[in-house]
Amino acid sequence: MIEVGLGHYLSLGAIIFFLGTLGIFLNRKNVIVILMSIELILLAVNINLISFSIFSGDILGQIFTMLTLTVAAAEAAIGLAIIVVYFRNRGSIRVEDINEMKG
Amino acid sequence: MTNLEVIFPEIFLTLSIFVVLMVGVFLKNTYSLVNKICVLIIICTGFLVFYSNETLEKIFLDSFIRDKFSNFIKILILISSLFVLFASQNFIKDMKISKFEYPILVLLSILGMFFMVSSNDLILFYLGLELQSLALYILASIDRNNIKSTESGMKYFVLSALSSGLLLYGCSLLYGFTGSTNFDVIQMELNSDNIGALFSIVFILVGLAFKVSAVPFHMWTPDVYEGSPTSVTNFFAVVPKIAGIAVIIRFMDIPFKNILSEWQLIVIFLSIASMILGAVAAIGQQNIKRLLAYSSIGHIGYVLAGIATGQQNGYASSLVYLVIYVVMNIGAFSCLYLLKFNGSYTEKINDLAGISKSKPILAFSFLIIFFSLAGIPPLGGFFAKFYVFISVIKSELYTLAVVGLVTTVISAFYYLKVIKIIYFDEEQTKLDQIKNLQTSSIIFISCLLLISYFIYPSVLNNIIEPIFMN
Repeated sequence: MIEVGLGHYLSLGAIIFFLGTLGIFLNRKNVIVILMSIELILLAVNINLISFSIFSGDILGQIFTMLTLTVAAAEAAIGLAIIVVYFRNRGSIRVEDINEMKG
Repeated sequence: MTNLEVIFPEIFLTLSIFVVLMVGVFLKNTYSLVNKICVLIIICTGFLVFYSNETLEKIFLDSFIRDKFSNFIKILILISSLFVLFASQNFIKDMKISKFEYPILVLLSILGMFFMVSSNDLILFYLGLELQSLALYILASIDRNNIKSTESGMKYFVLSALSSGLLLYGCSLLYGFTGSTNFDVIQMELNSDNIGALFSIVFILVGLAFKVSAVPFHMWTPDVYEGSPTSVTNFFAVVPKIAGIAVIIRFMDIPFKNILSEWQLIVIFLSIASMILGAVAAIGQQNIKRLLAYSSIGHIGYVLAGIATGQQNGYASSLVYLVIYVVMNIGAFSCLYLLKFNGSYTEKINDLAGISKSKPILAFSFLIIFFSLAGIPPLGGFFAKFYVFISVIKSELYTLAVVGLVTTVISAFYYLKVIKIIYFDEEQTKLDQIKNLQTSSIIFISCLLLISYFIYPSVLNNIIEPIFMN
């Protein structure tokens, strides 16, 4: 049996973080997917913080996680609201349609 | 015993935001009333900060710091947002974005910036940053029936949330590898052998560079500046930049003090890239807000050049630059509130052609502000660049100085092009005559400050230099 250590948790966090970042840049379809990718990035940070907190025996990381979760919820709420007003004006939330301004 | 007096301005600001929110909800058509109350709140908070003690004090388990630096930045934030609100009042009413939420969102973002600049802890820093950004996302898309405004809000939201994510990832690594979120502990734990922590400062710097729109993280700036209503753009160009630069200085001064050489290289790169892109990319622009966006990217490059020295006098010169930048940008954007064509506001540079004949005073204000932005002596913008270059040369960063001088010359081209269009081109569109005492007085004040700066140039230095004496 392999002992699951700090390195494994950090690798998991890094992989999820990387997937989230890729999701923002490679996604050409829907803005909602971008919102989900941002959420993934924040969750990767939470995994990092909690594993650091557990392995160093320091409670601060878990407190940080609670606050990050709250901020992530607020951010998702505002993001969805902006997407709704944008959809009313444009009639579409495809990423390639967000091109009113260029240059 | 926690000394609540230290955090009193923030407490006052928070409680008064609750009160004005209630006023806005329970009374009808309250924009003017709420706006007046908010201006009053800003002035009161300014007095509270101004008359608070200036000795260094840390409270709440050393997570909140109050010193001369944070007080100075807070007053700068309050004064500049007061000017922005005051100058843009008529514009807001004309554009029908006079919702009572507008000034309240401005106050909320100011509150976030307050916590940013006096944070001494990663958690407080992150929460302040998010409070500021969340309010700014809504401000960008405040004109919700206009596709450009909502699109700019969307772009700002996506890219800024990504940068916050990167910054937070950096914070988590920094916490893991130093074992604390407190800046003082981080400073003690950090050294060049701590590879994981060095990795994390890259992420943190990316997030911060994003907030001040330094190249290569500037891509949101022109679109957001063009799409948002001009009053919001004015706010974006001035106030969050102050907070962002202040936080970068704070990070360099406390947590990353011992690994300056690693951090310095990245800042030098950001600075050079911003100066070059700000000078080159603005040349072909037709929209004056886009032009000012690229110009602000360039100016942030000069501010970062001062910070890149890593010396106390370098930070001081950056702050001098920042103050003059704020004055110039408030003036430049206020001029845009007076450009109307057939009842709607115009942003095309070509519409400025020949306004020297129909509106000589406005044309002269443009002349002063754009000359100052280009850094032509004896206006304020010249002295700002002068101090930055002096401190850069003192620290023997010659590449930075040479690139800065060259890009100053290149960027003078597009500023002078606007002046040429105003003074020497034939008038094509007949702009409406607007009488707007509030906006005109703001333009007058900023022009006066820029012109008279050379009479006693050390006045700003005398205020700023003691901040960094410790």
